[in-house]
Amino acid sequence: MSSKGMNRRQFLHSSGLAAAGAAAGGAVASGTGQKANAADMILTTLDPETASTLLAATRTIYPHETLSDIYYAGVVEALDAEAKGSPDTAKMLTEGAKAMNEAMSVNFVELSPGNRLEIIESMTDTPIFQKIRGTAVVALYNNPLVWRHFGFEGASYDFGGYINRGFNDLQWAGVPSQDASPDAG
Amino acid sequence: MAKYDLDDNSVVVVIGSGAGGGTLANELCQKGISVVLLEAGKRYSAEDFVNDEWDSFGQLSWLDMRTTSGSWRVAKDFPNLPAWICKTVGGSTTHWAGASLRFKDYEFKTLSTYGEIPGATLLDWPLSLADLEPYYEKAEDKMGTTRTHDIPGLPGNNNFKVMYAGAKRLGYKHVHTGNMSINSRPRDGRASCMQIGFCFQGCKSNAKWSTLVSEIPKAEETGKLDLRTESQVLQIEHDSEGKVTGVLYADADGNQHVQKARVVAVAGNSIETPRLLLNSAGGKHPDGLANTSGQVGKNYMRHMTGSVYATFDRPVNMYRGTTMAGIVEDESFHNPDRGFAGGYEMETLSLGLPFMAAFLDPGAWGGKFTAAMDQYDHMAGMWLVGEDMPQESNAITLHDSIKDQYGLPVPNVHFDDHPNDLAMRNHAFKQGSAIYDAVGAKDIFEVPPYPSTHNLGTCRMSENPRDGVCNSFGQAHDVANLFISDGSQFTTGGAENPTLTIVTLAIRQADYIAEQMGKKSI
Repeated sequence: MSSKGMNRRQFLHSSGLAAAGAAAGGAVASGTGQKANAADMILTTLDPETASTLLAATRTIYPHETLSDIYYAGVVEALDAEAKGSPDTAKMLTEGAKAMNEAMSVNFVELSPGNRLEIIESMTDTPIFQKIRGTAVVALYNNPLVWRHFGFEGASYDFGGYINRGFNDLQWAGVPSQDASPDAG
Repeated sequence: MAKYDLDDNSVVVVIGSGAGGGTLANELCQKGISVVLLEAGKRYSAEDFVNDEWDSFGQLSWLDMRTTSGSWRVAKDFPNLPAWICKTVGGSTTHWAGASLRFKDYEFKTLSTYGEIPGATLLDWPLSLADLEPYYEKAEDKMGTTRTHDIPGLPGNNNFKVMYAGAKRLGYKHVHTGNMSINSRPRDGRASCMQIGFCFQGCKSNAKWSTLVSEIPKAEETGKLDLRTESQVLQIEHDSEGKVTGVLYADADGNQHVQKARVVAVAGNSIETPRLLLNSAGGKHPDGLANTSGQVGKNYMRHMTGSVYATFDRPVNMYRGTTMAGIVEDESFHNPDRGFAGGYEMETLSLGLPFMAAFLDPGAWGGKFTAAMDQYDHMAGMWLVGEDMPQESNAITLHDSIKDQYGLPVPNVHFDDHPNDLAMRNHAFKQGSAIYDAVGAKDIFEVPPYPSTHNLGTCRMSENPRDGVCNSFGQAHDVANLFISDGSQFTTGGAENPTLTIVTLAIRQADYIAEQMGKKSI
């Protein structure tokens, strides 16, 4: 990743976009916007310790340094919603989180990144890993507020598409011939 | 709009409203022929389409239960989604990118050109490029294909600029913004492209040709079309002579009806079309309708595909503008010195962030994956699409236990890559990577095939009735008044995106059906 991209994303984060995301998502941002714990999530079914563990697991599976915990909390809320509709899923998530916490003598959320990764790597064939990963790959990356961090601008039709908004503004690769790429009509 | 009685046995029933069925229905209506068009999905309009990948996927996709088998990676990553195709009025023309390339002469003569290839069921088509040229002309005019009929090319977007620069440095000659059925100028009552960037999600400006925005409204204007939406055909019925007499279908409420017919044309895409014929077994057709050859469902092709994405120091923002914004045609020829038969195209492609996460490396996780995603706005991408080998064992079959909501067996899609497919993909990955390397790529990602968008060959046309299901007009060898009207007809797949050829065959088939009806042959 270029340092330029990092800075832009850090700027977006510090500019308050992250807090806006929390408001839109229904979660309550913690003081710094950096750390989310169970008290910050809107939960219907899962207990706070399970939720905190799942959040840490989700961050270990899809680690983006510049994404604040509140976006990962959105994944836990999606898992919680599934658990509400399915006692089997609730049981799997609760027992799975307990196992993660018992894998070493320290709770999962207190583990070092390397130790967390070791535990996750040992779980990749389990249904709970598949459930967390499968939910996260949609819930994390389908959040319009997360898109901004990655530079994806989302829906464009209401803004007139990109015909006048930079569809061909790239300068560094040269200009194709008129035959190859005629001007817009 | 016309309304025909269920007992009216003078109508032509067309099953499916996509590229093949929607075009055929319109062409027949223009000739004054009465058509009942049965579409399993709902009807949407540009206003209904959404610039949101997952929401649109839920709106347009065919999500009925399917199973998979075979060694292809799709069976592991997406076991119940072998194909990314649509259930809606307009079929997969709502979702297609618009690339409209003619087959090359040799691609209609693959057995003659390539010779026998072990494991492949190659066959020459029972028609030639010369037979199709007048119809290709009509199809390109109908669809408003750029770089034909004095229609200018589209302007290239950022993703194209990267591909163009790399391809030119590599010495490729045929690099341009493609032959696209997307208006570069207002035409045929539709506006020009706004470079929205959600071509796969149903074009919200109607600049992209589809049967939804072109063929079906035109057919409705004739007063000859009876379009019934949310009407899924379950079985095709036949009489004691084996001729088809009508179709059994379920409406939106699940009520079942039989629509009588003089002619039935099947255009359900290459999974549902053979499934319907197999589910119609009985009476004079104990092994499935029109299946004395045993070829119904066999020789399933999905094109050799793959993608290459590359990251750069400076931003690309590939998602802005047309999804398929340009092409390199230089590898689309036959030269066995490359280590494989047939050729492939390289076409720009972009995915939004949600689908990039799902498709970049399905199932992947961890720091390597997230580092790639972190470079999303610095990424350029292309799709690789080439001819794959037909194999008899690649097939659509009926599942032996899983049933759909109507109690009918769901289809299983079995696919193994042929060694020729693997060799071609390997070559294409190397050449696609070289294009991006030539303009300073940082990281390069070889991306495995997505669920199939080009589904072909499962009721193939053949000169000899022993080798296939239908003749060169799509008319079933076994049943004179039954037609195959979609990509299932393809004898072999060619390197090109298939929609233009499906539309071309439908125009030609309409002429033939009208002529045969006029002669009272059917």
